[in-house]
Amino acid sequence: MNDALGEPQSVLVLGGSSEIALATVKALPHRRLRRVILAARPSTARDLAVSTLTSEGISGVTAVDFDAKSTESHSAFINEIFDAGDIDIVLLAFGVLGDQEAAEADPALAVEIATTNYTGAVSIGLHVARRLRMQGHGSLVVYSSVAGDRARRSNFIYGSTKAGLDAFAQGLGDALHKTGAHVLVVRPGMVRTKMSAGLPEAPMTTDASVVADIVVKSLRKGKETVYAPGPLRFVMAGLKSMPRSVFRKLPR
Amino acid sequence: MTQSLSLSQGEQLLTGWGRTCPSSARVTECSSVEQVQAAIRGAGPRGVLARGLGRSYGDAAQSGGATVLNLQSMNSIAYDAEAGTITAGAGASLDAIMRAAVPQGAFVPVTPGTRMVTVGGAIGADVHGKNHHVDGTFGSHVKSLTLVDGSGEVHELTPDGHTREHFWATVGGMGLTGAVTQATFDVIPVTSSLISVDTERVNDLDEVMSKMVEGDNKYRYTVAWIDTVSPSGRGVITSGDHAPLEQLNTKQKLEALAFDPKAIATAPSIIPGGLLNKITIRAFNEAWFRKAPKSRTDELQSIGAFFHPLDGVADWNRIYGPRGFLQYQFVVPDSAGYLIRTALDRLREVGAPSFLTVLKRFGAANPAPLSFPQAGWTLAADVPAGIDGLGAALDELDEHVANVGGRLYLAKDSRQSPQIFARTYPRLSEWQMVRDALDPQGVFTSDLARRLSI
Repeated sequence: MNDALGEPQSVLVLGGSSEIALATVKALPHRRLRRVILAARPSTARDLAVSTLTSEGISGVTAVDFDAKSTESHSAFINEIFDAGDIDIVLLAFGVLGDQEAAEADPALAVEIATTNYTGAVSIGLHVARRLRMQGHGSLVVYSSVAGDRARRSNFIYGSTKAGLDAFAQGLGDALHKTGAHVLVVRPGMVRTKMSAGLPEAPMTTDASVVADIVVKSLRKGKETVYAPGPLRFVMAGLKSMPRSVFRKLPR
Repeated sequence: MTQSLSLSQGEQLLTGWGRTCPSSARVTECSSVEQVQAAIRGAGPRGVLARGLGRSYGDAAQSGGATVLNLQSMNSIAYDAEAGTITAGAGASLDAIMRAAVPQGAFVPVTPGTRMVTVGGAIGADVHGKNHHVDGTFGSHVKSLTLVDGSGEVHELTPDGHTREHFWATVGGMGLTGAVTQATFDVIPVTSSLISVDTERVNDLDEVMSKMVEGDNKYRYTVAWIDTVSPSGRGVITSGDHAPLEQLNTKQKLEALAFDPKAIATAPSIIPGGLLNKITIRAFNEAWFRKAPKSRTDELQSIGAFFHPLDGVADWNRIYGPRGFLQYQFVVPDSAGYLIRTALDRLREVGAPSFLTVLKRFGAANPAPLSFPQAGWTLAADVPAGIDGLGAALDELDEHVANVGGRLYLAKDSRQSPQIFARTYPRLSEWQMVRDALDPQGVFTSDLARRLSI
């Protein structure tokens, strides 16, 4: 249970080696944290995440195996975690950017991206929602992307999965309205992480820690949607209203 | 079983009086012991909790996903003048009891700063009032109570005899041993409904404290309001006792036992977040100090004005806006009275001047393992929840309090750590053994219990 000053006691990270999620856990107030579960496929990044958070003085950090694509395992997976105790904050942070060109050539690759980013997220998101609803409190943070706001030539496969995820998460938040369970949709712009390494930087590119701070502030205020950085909201409003003939000609 | 994601009928979002950390629960009205038993036996995996009028500040009277019992229709009140006791349903409020009993010359043994608490809540939190240094807590005046435990069994508990352990675990047990459905308690006989009050304005904290020590055995009721904005810790001490009939004038004598207080205002339902800021709180503290007379004796005040000034404004908790507030209340032994100043200084440093801060002396503790009061000083300060740095400052104060053998009041708590709680309530494991006997399945639980691993 969050306390009166917004200090959580337990956090579940789906996509436990995600840099943005890791930065978010670091940015959360952690005086009362006693259970942090990093759910991801086994990797050195996941091991590193456990040791990094532990060395930050956060107690109770553990890793569990989780595969977003294996949707049939999601029910048992979520039940086991919630049966062991309430979860105050769930970060739904897994996702792959994929290789747009390769995926255009091989639809099977596109299906993989869609399965992880959208299908997997819908599945685990609903299981999480059911348990938050049962416990009567808790927040689900869904990491969407500005790429979902408007499909772009250069990454529309990734963008379309985020558009779907974003719509799903908004609807889920509305379904849970006033139940004590709450959904925060975060739409970061380009963030300097492993995922974006090597790509040319877009305007307003930011760091994971900036996104993390915005998430933490928004949770405290009970917000439902937020851009990171904040002013991206206006940029995206502009881009969304741009005629396609013009939008298509924008660089990248 | 499928459950809709959206809120269904009978479910409500509940918070404490501080309006922080809501959780949803299924609220069930019970009007008989049988219905309480049925609700307990039919409880789902998230358990059961009885809730009274929701005046505990934190998460004591809420339990996410649980069945929350509303016993407000179990509100019978019977005054036995010969025995000098009242037998009341757990859902009866002290307000209703005073309205029924004061005109018959009987006053409740203990009243907290609001009349809007139920008998069940008064026992669960083992509430105290301005007379703690003389009369102890509410629970100390309970002669017997009826408890429905976690298996749905009904127990009659008394403070002595073979049920004494169960009785004292229930007093101050925060509703976690079962649901209290009825209790019999002593009354204070009164000949008027007025309080004879002495008021004194004092210019600094040390003087406030030494005067309070001197006054310990002079008055039945004593409390000091402290100006948290002024570094001096100046304050206003009010002390009093039930006024004897002789003190009333002819007109007052005509209705010596009249008692019919009304709320004079209601706080509006939408309040902007920044209304209670440093400036308004500073202005309030200044005005509150100035309005008190430098010294006045034997002033006749109504019960409402003396004991429950805030009950005059319905829903006053809304004034803190959407972020809500908390009340930080701790007790420390006399030997650590210096911590009162430490706490006031620390709150001022983080920019958390309190709107209403109350200092009071406690008498000896009672036998209840989780009862809050123990001999010494208690300070209670209302603080808006949204202040930066507040958490760290309060954690630091918790350490000081724990180090000297003090503790925080569970009915006010919404943020202490499980570690501090376990350290400062050393009889926790003893209490847990009794609780486990009454509720082996752990049916009774609350957000507070989960947060603090009670």
